[in-house]
Amino acid sequence: MTARKIAVVSAGLGKPSSTRLLADRLAQATVDELARIGVTATVETFELRDVAHDIVNAMLTGFPSPTLRHLLETVTGTDAVIAVTPLYTTTYSGLFKSFVDILDKDALVGTPVLLGATGGTPRHSLALEYSVRPLFTYLRAHTVTTSVFAATDDWAGGTDTLASLPARITRAATELAVAVVARPASRPVDPFADAPNFADLLGDS
Amino acid sequence: MQFGIFTVGDVTTDPTTGRTPTEAERIRAMLTIAKHAEDVGLDVFATGEHHNPPFVPSSPTTLLGYIAATTSTIQLSTATTLITTNDPVKIAEDYAMLQIVADGRVDLMMGRGNTGPVYPWFGKDIRQGIPLAVENYALLRRLWDEEVVDWEGRFRTPLQGFTSTPRPLDGVAPFVWHGSIRSPEIAEQAAYYGDGFFHNNIFWPMEHTRSMVRYYRERFEHYGHGTAEQAIVGLGGQVFMRARSQDAVREFRPYFDEAPVYGHGPSLEEFTAQTPLTVGSPQQVIDRYAAMRHDVGHYQRQLFLMDHAGLPLSTVLEQLDILGGEVVPVLRAEMASDRPASVPDAPTHAARVATARAAGTAAPEHDAPTQDRWTGRTAEDDLLAADAVSGERA
Repeated sequence: MTARKIAVVSAGLGKPSSTRLLADRLAQATVDELARIGVTATVETFELRDVAHDIVNAMLTGFPSPTLRHLLETVTGTDAVIAVTPLYTTTYSGLFKSFVDILDKDALVGTPVLLGATGGTPRHSLALEYSVRPLFTYLRAHTVTTSVFAATDDWAGGTDTLASLPARITRAATELAVAVVARPASRPVDPFADAPNFADLLGDS
Repeated sequence: MQFGIFTVGDVTTDPTTGRTPTEAERIRAMLTIAKHAEDVGLDVFATGEHHNPPFVPSSPTTLLGYIAATTSTIQLSTATTLITTNDPVKIAEDYAMLQIVADGRVDLMMGRGNTGPVYPWFGKDIRQGIPLAVENYALLRRLWDEEVVDWEGRFRTPLQGFTSTPRPLDGVAPFVWHGSIRSPEIAEQAAYYGDGFFHNNIFWPMEHTRSMVRYYRERFEHYGHGTAEQAIVGLGGQVFMRARSQDAVREFRPYFDEAPVYGHGPSLEEFTAQTPLTVGSPQQVIDRYAAMRHDVGHYQRQLFLMDHAGLPLSTVLEQLDILGGEVVPVLRAEMASDRPASVPDAPTHAARVATARAAGTAAPEHDAPTQDRWTGRTAEDDLLAADAVSGERA
């Protein structure tokens, strides 16, 4: 079986960033879960900070820079996406939303997606459910049931000793691995593959 | 191969002086620019169509009709005619009229426009953009190609026994290009009819342009209009030139930085690297545009956007002097140097009439339909007829 591809998008702004740290943990756990059921996977990770100006330029001009185009093609032609954002002012960061805004509305239809977020305290954990998840529902992505929120304290072993961060990561990664193997391997996107025959267009009109 | 210019007709403040031309000044500038384009040896002038400020060209055939009278050789075209929101009957009439007024120097480019509210302003649904383009164009073709049309579709009131007047000059309708940036459906439409395909790539990287044009060429061949290399292709472009490239960059940068579309976005350097915008010496422009044929194959029409972003008229005219005087003659020679004989020239009315005569489809000498079946019919006539019909049914 060919190796499956996982695209990881981290919207953390710091260097280093706890958002990137969570993204890496989710990616590694997913690779491990896939390996456990005999599937190899490769990971390509992007930090939106590196293309922040390109994202704004794409919003203004309507076309992506070569660097951003590579990112978009990778994310939209992959077997799974792990998307992790810091929570700012109750919701995903503006940069994260701007990135989602320049995706084609059909780019992630059916794609397995694992959501993650970071924030200061566990009081914000449901932001993943009430703001981030609906975004991907709108895009008709296949968002796995468990999303992973990491508060600052989680990195120290934790506020939640019953469902610790590593346990939540493993559960989410398992769900993502199951979703990945349940669908055929992705192929490069060909914008002309679905172009209709003109006789059909005339018939429709 | 044809070289020309297209205008979007924007009224933009000159960022270096803070001065904004009036609409009247802008329109008169467009008339001057079109005449100057012919004087410096360019082949095509095309105008956009817009229905909202800060754009002035809402009535392209009025503008082009005047230009037809002040020029003698330049081809008049559009960039683009809104096939989605204009009534195809009115397009058929207006452009057949213009074609006769301009003695055949007319073609047009169909497009869907880039301003969402135009759809509802003209009573259309933007989600039906592609179906509107498909149906309206199918009707337009019939109105030009058939004298009496019975027609019924989804988007327009039906026609019974309708004749679009005047009939196209010599029985040969204006050549049509289809402009699209992103939609394979429109490349497919152009290929289906054997029409031209124009990719206005001024905001797009060449990889994208290359794949759209390749697709159109393949489909052109598929529909039996000729080989892929014989498909009729046009490209957009934009340039700013001075004898020394650093002077061009220094002079154009403030206009770039404040330009309506890309202003405050990517840097001039990023944008020139990623799109056909070339700011530099005439030789840099020649090198960049002579290489386009290596990406899309030998093509028929290259249009440049020259009068935008608030550039003053005097500067635009100087740019046209450089374009026509130094750049286009060299580009013509370069493009011709390795052009296979099998690649056709850009379509002209004379050539299309010759082809139609050879095929026996051109109009005879006395081609005007003279039978008047409608004038003088009154509402009462139709009501009586309607009553008679309903009486029969009852």
